[in-house]
Amino acid sequence: MIKLNRRNFIGGAAAAASLPMMASKATAADPLKVGYIYVGPINDGGWNTAHEAGRQQMLKALGDKVQSQYVENVPEGPDAERVLRDLYNQGNRLLYATSFGFMDSAVKVAQAYPDVTVEMCTGFKPSSNNNLSNYNIRFHQARSIFGTMAAMLSKTGVGAYLGTYPVPEVISGINSFTIAARKVNPNWKTKIIWINTWFDPAKEADAARALIDQGADVMTQHTDSPAAVQVCESKGVPTFGQGSDQSQFGPTMCKSSSLDLWGAFYTQRTKAKVDGTWKPEDTYWGFKEGAIDIAPIVHVPDDVKAAGEKIKQGWIDGTYDCYAGPIKDQAGNIKIADGAHATDGDILGMNWLVEGVDGSLPS
Amino acid sequence: MRLKFEKRAEPSRFMLYATPVGAVLLTMLVGAIIFTAIGYNGFGAVYQVFIAPLALSYKWGDIAVKASPLILIGVGLAVGNRAAIWNIGAEGQYIVGALAGTGIGILTKDMHGPWILPLMLVAGMVGGAAWGAVPALLRNRFNVNEVLSSLMLTYVAVHLMNQLVTGPWKDPMGFSFPQTALITADQMLPILVPGTYVHLGIVITLIIAVALWFLMSRSLMGFQVRVVGSAPSAARHGGFSQKQTVWLVFLLSGALAGLAGIFEVTGPFQQMSLGFPQNYGFTAIIVAFLGRLNPLGVILAGIVLAITYVGGDLAQSVLQLPNASKGIFQALMLFFLLASDILIRYRVRLVGAPAPAAVPARSPAE
Repeated sequence: MIKLNRRNFIGGAAAAASLPMMASKATAADPLKVGYIYVGPINDGGWNTAHEAGRQQMLKALGDKVQSQYVENVPEGPDAERVLRDLYNQGNRLLYATSFGFMDSAVKVAQAYPDVTVEMCTGFKPSSNNNLSNYNIRFHQARSIFGTMAAMLSKTGVGAYLGTYPVPEVISGINSFTIAARKVNPNWKTKIIWINTWFDPAKEADAARALIDQGADVMTQHTDSPAAVQVCESKGVPTFGQGSDQSQFGPTMCKSSSLDLWGAFYTQRTKAKVDGTWKPEDTYWGFKEGAIDIAPIVHVPDDVKAAGEKIKQGWIDGTYDCYAGPIKDQAGNIKIADGAHATDGDILGMNWLVEGVDGSLPS
Repeated sequence: MRLKFEKRAEPSRFMLYATPVGAVLLTMLVGAIIFTAIGYNGFGAVYQVFIAPLALSYKWGDIAVKASPLILIGVGLAVGNRAAIWNIGAEGQYIVGALAGTGIGILTKDMHGPWILPLMLVAGMVGGAAWGAVPALLRNRFNVNEVLSSLMLTYVAVHLMNQLVTGPWKDPMGFSFPQTALITADQMLPILVPGTYVHLGIVITLIIAVALWFLMSRSLMGFQVRVVGSAPSAARHGGFSQKQTVWLVFLLSGALAGLAGIFEVTGPFQQMSLGFPQNYGFTAIIVAFLGRLNPLGVILAGIVLAITYVGGDLAQSVLQLPNASKGIFQALMLFFLLASDILIRYRVRLVGAPAPAAVPARSPAE
């Protein structure tokens, strides 16, 4: 807590006025300043909370070699570029932009300042200064665990997936969930709804109720708030959380949650920048690298838990791949041939739904 | 002793212009006290939010870019509110204007020529005006309250945008991300200050604001709008049509909101994406009132609001102030402005004050 006195006030004012100069005075001995921008509040209990936890882990690991600032609730678009330039002008030379809507802003800032390093989460565009990397984690991997368990828990053979925006990250999750479920029950159907928001608890709850009313007796969601988990708890419908452990919102019905673990990545890349070994290279980590995990599986029969754990182990040792062919799309066309696997590019740009998904993409 | 509000014979012109300034100053003072009380550097917060953006010359461009859409939408709303016709749906007109202009952009993406950008800007105005025409038609034909219809059409506009951007208008090279391709060089607004986003649209915005001030204060149209708003029956006697005024207000404010939208696309955004709606259309309502529904006042009010946006981000990164602080400052400002409005029509007097012993009693001199 900061106590107000005259010195603080003047100090703050002077610091602000001298910001541009401070930036140029930084030397190699100074700690690296690392800036983060978040698209939502750090206490959303999901996406942004997970990134903030990763930042804290990085700070703990690197100690006095780094200093860090963040700005939350940054709108996607030109505002993001302004905030990134502010952070640069305050001396930050490594910037993490943690939402895909920041992509074009991040690229512009990287191209405007050759001495900055930018890490862009879930983006795909390069910088002509070779000072930008894109990073992502394999969210779809946890979904195949949930799909497997969902099909085993369901009586009706109909599950639901509450979708946010029809972007590859969400589509590949829906597909992974459905493919895994159909390995258990070949007649499985996944009902989907697009709610076109990442964070709107009232809308999430309404959509969850609608999906349950349509006959789904198990569900999962890709939204950031715990609203859908709470609805499932009150209706007695098994569910799976995302982003962080949401079992507190569904003590009996939330069977597990996917966990995004950014800390190891943030530590490694920040350290590389401190050591002067940072190179632009895109990162796409999953279970194997410890970037994704699931919360303990609870309140399910032993065989369901064992089946879930088996898939997880398969991802870790590389023996399981939900996108191993043959895989058909909704129209029955073969999209991944027998013996083939989806490439990282296929997954990162996925724009089709697999057989068994009951719903469509906007076109 | 108590305070008494006494009605003025005529609204005070001094208070009309003094209260917005007072509201801003009170906001700074009360904001500093509140943030100090909860353990932050309160004066530092006020400095970062209100002063630092002005003190740092490299922030001036950011302020201009942020103020421009607020002013352009705000002057349109100011005209309507003068006529007591309430367009709450500027955000929707802003979005549809941007969509209409972007549609032209997508159709002309393989073409070249100086005609492309002006065509996009005209399409933006037409799109905004068309969206504004719906509540005008509903009001004139079916007597539907324009507050509700214009507000609800905003949500329709958002869904229309979602549908286009996640579907047919998606960048074919964009890995299915819900945004259009970046616009081409022929579609971009000229940048006036290299290295910033200070674009030609800002100058056009200022010209429009000044022109509207002139129209409102010096032309028959301005007179008609003011009479319909302040004395509807006199307006009827004078032959001014209420329906015609409704059309005028919605087409004008819609077109300006649409122009603001396409300025944002061809200026800072350079594409349509799901993050495009930034609530400028709603914030401009505050701007219109803070500017006293006077186009010149709206310019100042737009700049003040833009400063709080730019400064709010600075306060977050410099002082680690919570993001909500920006909203608290903006809300305080509107609150003080609305609360102090009473001073325009009333004066405050102390009545029944018992004379302090040391001072000779005086009768209230009025």
